[in-house]
Amino acid sequence: MELPIKEIHLPLDLNEIKQLKARDFVYLTGTIYTARDAAHQRLVEMIQNKEELPISLENMYIYYAGPTPSKDNIHAGSIGPTTAYRMDAYMKEMANMHIGGTIGKGKRADIVRNIAQKNHILYFVAIGGLGAKYSLCVKSMKCVAFPDLGPEAIYQLEVERFPVIVGYDIYGNSCFPDDEKL
Amino acid sequence: MRIIPSSLIYEKVKEATKKANFVIEEDISKCLKKGCLNETNPLSKKVLEEMVDNIQIANDKHIPICQDTGIVVIFMEIGEDVFIEGSMINDINKAVKEAYLEEYLRCSVLNHPIERKNTFTNTPCIIHEKHVPGDKLKITICPKGAGSENMSQLKMLPPSAKEKGIIDFVLDVVKNAGGKACPPMIVGVGIGGNFEQSAIYSKEALLRPINDESDDIYANKLEKILLEKINQLNVGPMGFGGQMSAMAVKVKCGPCHIASLPVAVNIQCHVARHEEVIL
Ligand code: SF4
Repeated sequence: MELPIKEIHLPLDLNEIKQLKARDFVYLTGTIYTARDAAHQRLVEMIQNKEELPISLENMYIYYAGPTPSKDNIHAGSIGPTTAYRMDAYMKEMANMHIGGTIGKGKRADIVRNIAQKNHILYFVAIGGLGAKYSLCVKSMKCVAFPDLGPEAIYQLEVERFPVIVGYDIYGNSCFPDDEKL
Repeated sequence: MRIIPSSLIYEKVKEATKKANFVIEEDISKCLKKGCLNETNPLSKKVLEEMVDNIQIANDKHIPICQDTGIVVIFMEIGEDVFIEGSMINDINKAVKEAYLEEYLRCSVLNHPIERKNTFTNTPCIIHEKHVPGDKLKITICPKGAGSENMSQLKMLPPSAKEKGIIDFVLDVVKNAGGKACPPMIVGVGIGGNFEQSAIYSKEALLRPINDESDDIYANKLEKILLEKINQLNVGPMGFGGQMSAMAVKVKCGPCHIASLPVAVNIQCHVARHEEVIL
């Protein structure tokens, strides 16, 4: 059995999304944005209060991560994924804002699988604990919102060959062996 | 009576805290490599290779192994013939703060669980002190990430649950942790004591090297049974399935009340960081 390995450039179009299957190992190149617990909480509160957001979420690929501080404000520190299920509660609002996809680690609630299937918003799994390796895949980073949150601020990252696994695809498949097909 | 100045503790803790975030025990890489050789699931094999690679990169390029540089847990074994001169707790917190700021490590500690303001010093740290015979001071520094800590659980079993109840509970905790705890994990199990003591046992058990054998006959036997059963759960690296869900199980038992059977399961991810200082 060979491991399917693919190279993809973000953002993806529907045609490309259709070709991705759960458990494919893919290298991402393009722009992604970090956001974790505190940033999600703020974004969703702002959405609910109909306030103007500091950045557009449309087609944004969100990486659930809180890096170690950058030494030069250009290169990333250690930057592996955080556990994704904590962001499940915000997923409905984020899907309504038409985000492109999410990247994190671990299993998530069924709603996230449904969103992958219906809205074509894929969930990619990044490998936990790989902070040093991912740091080398980030070519540049800048803070674009909520700088007061420190590691929990939103950073825009330009990444090159960033290794992830397709977690939930649009066909109802999951990368986790004990999840049943939707 | 041996006098140890707190300023010396400060120096040593600072140095060890820095090191702990960049270098882990060689046995972990060896164990992950062995897992790669045995793994037949191609995705899980690839994930294990990436983990080995990451540990090497962290070491070579001086990048923190994992971005979750944790809350710092410190275990101290203080010899009864040791007198510590100075304000030890303050000095330890100062050492941790400086280590985190100087090495650009992530500050993940909040002032309050509800207010949730970052202290931006990664302190206070959590310090467990124990008095032991002798005139030495042993300090173990463990930065612990939340991914695996959040998957830990404690249960007060009735004594009638016996060994089977313990095994079922541990397997449940591991299954529930799955890929969230960055497996292959190390599973610390504390049995006995009382509510808080069992939790401390479970964390102390994790301080042992992954390949050692417990000298408690019961713990030794249970570790082997549990490791085998856990590795049949098909959790695998990052939850993708496979043969290596855990690298090791470490059990620590202690005396308890006639009516209790406390069991605590502390999950440790593959980035198992600890540094020891002996003065
Ligand atoms: S569980 Fe461990 S390896 Fe995973 S992100 Fe947390 S500290 Fe890092």
